[in-house]
Amino acid sequence: MEETVSSRNIRQGDDRLAPKTDENKKAGINDTERWASLIMGGAMVLRGLQSRSLQGVIMAIAGGGLAYHGTTSDQSLPDKLSEAAGLDQDIRVEKTVTINKPVEMLYSYWRNLENLPRFMSHLESIQTLDETRSHWKAKAPMNMSVEWDAEIVEDRPNQLIAWTAVADADVPNAGFVRFKPAPGDRGTEVKVVIEYSPPGGALTAAVAKLFGEEPEQQVGDALSKFKQLMEAGEIATVEGQSKGH
Amino acid sequence: MKAVCWHGKEDVRVDTVPDPTILNPRDAIIKVTSTAICGSDLHLYDGYIPTMQSGDILGHEFMGEVVELGKDVKNLKQGDRVVIPFTISCGGCFFCNRDLWSLCDNSNPNAWMAEKFYGHSPAGLYGYSHLLGGYAGGQAEYVRVPFADVGPIKVPEHLTDEQVLFLTDIFPTGYMAAENCDIQPDDTVAVWGCGPVGQFAIRSAQMMGAAQVLAIDRIPERLEMARKSGATVINYEEVDPGEALKEMTGGRGPDACIDAVGMEAHGTDVMGVIDTVKQATKLETGRPYALRQAIAACRKGGTVSVPGVYGGFIDHMPMGAVVNKALTLKSGQTHVQRYLKPLLDKISEGEIDPSFVITHRMSLDQAPEGYKTFRDKKDNCIKVVLQP
Ligand SMILES: NC(=O)c1ccc[n+]([C@@H]2O[C@H](COP(=O)([O-])OP(=O)(O)OC[C@H]3O[C@@H](n4cnc5c(N)ncnc54)[C@H](O)[C@@H]3O)[C@@H](O)[C@H]2O)c1
Ligand SMILES: [Zn+2]
Ligand SMILES: [Zn+2]
Repeated sequence: MEETVSSRNIRQGDDRLAPKTDENKKAGINDTERWASLIMGGAMVLRGLQSRSLQGVIMAIAGGGLAYHGTTSDQSLPDKLSEAAGLDQDIRVEKTVTINKPVEMLYSYWRNLENLPRFMSHLESIQTLDETRSHWKAKAPMNMSVEWDAEIVEDRPNQLIAWTAVADADVPNAGFVRFKPAPGDRGTEVKVVIEYSPPGGALTAAVAKLFGEEPEQQVGDALSKFKQLMEAGEIATVEGQSKGH
Repeated sequence: MKAVCWHGKEDVRVDTVPDPTILNPRDAIIKVTSTAICGSDLHLYDGYIPTMQSGDILGHEFMGEVVELGKDVKNLKQGDRVVIPFTISCGGCFFCNRDLWSLCDNSNPNAWMAEKFYGHSPAGLYGYSHLLGGYAGGQAEYVRVPFADVGPIKVPEHLTDEQVLFLTDIFPTGYMAAENCDIQPDDTVAVWGCGPVGQFAIRSAQMMGAAQVLAIDRIPERLEMARKSGATVINYEEVDPGEALKEMTGGRGPDACIDAVGMEAHGTDVMGVIDTVKQATKLETGRPYALRQAIAACRKGGTVSVPGVYGGFIDHMPMGAVVNKALTLKSGQTHVQRYLKPLLDKISEGEIDPSFVITHRMSLDQAPEGYKTFRDKKDNCIKVVLQP
């Protein structure tokens, strides 16, 4: 089960065992800049990015950017150890879809976080607590539930919503959704990036199930359901239809 | 209700299954009055389309009467007599808005599967594998129709089921195949395959003003039907179609070639044998025999239009001929919704009566026999219509 979580192609980590040189350090800073430009809409893909934490970058952007540079490339000792041992289990997924609707409509539907469980099938509910804070409840097997509080740390109307789980969450996670007008009359490009760090121990199995064995597919599925809801007003389904025996 | 279900290669049965119910606000339930077996169903019957599951309800050519409506369907009412396009399309996405209905972004619940196969997902289809949505089909007493507010077309009482049923698929399919040829007044169009799709491609090419239509098959009654439509026919078992086509076009080759055969083409030489073996061993998912001939025969700068269905990969695609003869290749599942109204008008005005292709009328219970007869081309079978 732990195997499943630590999963796949998400991290391009390759030189993790190599000693940290100045060059690596520089790469860390560049990564942060590239992260920032990804979030802001400059860069297209995150492939190859090694910057450790989306959460950190989101916080940095919210807090004014540059201040964060110093800290990203400076890993804590436990981080270094777990990376060296190949235990780094961050899962990061990026997916983009074009939706044939105006930015305003898509942004405002998403900004009401309580709508998210309609198209993110792994979520049971989201309850907004105030302007920026919300309580998330995810479906988990064996009557286990995973819950956490999240905070919107950056909110640019019709452009960007970025959130992160609060510090003591069982499953540290963060994400952002970016809305950008598509060329011509093609609607809006919606990019979602989600990152989470599955914990060890008892929760691991539940989380593996929870976030699926194919995180890419799960985020892709959520986005295509979002698109269906916005464009077609309903989510295509065959669940509950007749079948022979 | 009774429904025709797929249970494996060459195994279709009439099962009793629960009646369909409304699952989404834009759904309708239709009581099926007529449904047909399509050449595309034969690819399922012969086991060439992946992701079928035992018990899947078949059928994508069907019409009937509205019996129940989801709360968002405002343009239909109970009792309306409707024809249903085989492409399931939302009406609101980029592709639907551009009249490219078979490419709808929002109707395939298993889009991720199709994305793995094709890069992107086409529209969901009725009764045509889980890769294309896993929707229950209409060879049944009742069927659920998604996006019923944009798909179905009401048909006037004075036209019989048999006259309008083929608006669901094969008439628009033959028509789009011909339209893709961009036919000019002096053009010769060659059509491989004189099955139902080929027959409508022939008639459509004539409607669009082709000077000459040449039709290729080996089944006598199918060639005879094509001849009656005004085509000049070639039996590919008697003459080499490549040579014959050159002779009949002053050496130039047909201006446009239509492959209305698809992935189960029958081959007469060694390539045909190799393809059959490869397909049986799944090294190749189609036997592109007619397609290769069409590409080789087509005049320089001409168009090859492919309504014939291919599911996956083919070998020995003569890309060299495509490039060096500067051919245009056009294909696609039919954008059925685009053609419903204009072709219904043609039927209404008496320009064509599509029922000419029907050779067999059976009850739903006889579907297993219908599949076999149609596949084996026994008893002069060209098109089977089932009445639930
Ligand atoms: N694009 C679409 O949306 C669409 C819609 C409907 C059907 N189709 C496809 O169109 C094709 C034809 O459908 P149909 O209902 O007419 O099927 P069919 O099986 O009745 O007809 C195929 C015909 O091709 C002939 N044939 C076989 N090998 C040949 C060869 N080498 N040269 C010439 N003719 C050959 C057969 O004898 C037969 O008459 C199928 O592949 C079907 O899946 C596509
Ligand atoms: Zn068909
Ligand atoms: Zn659509």
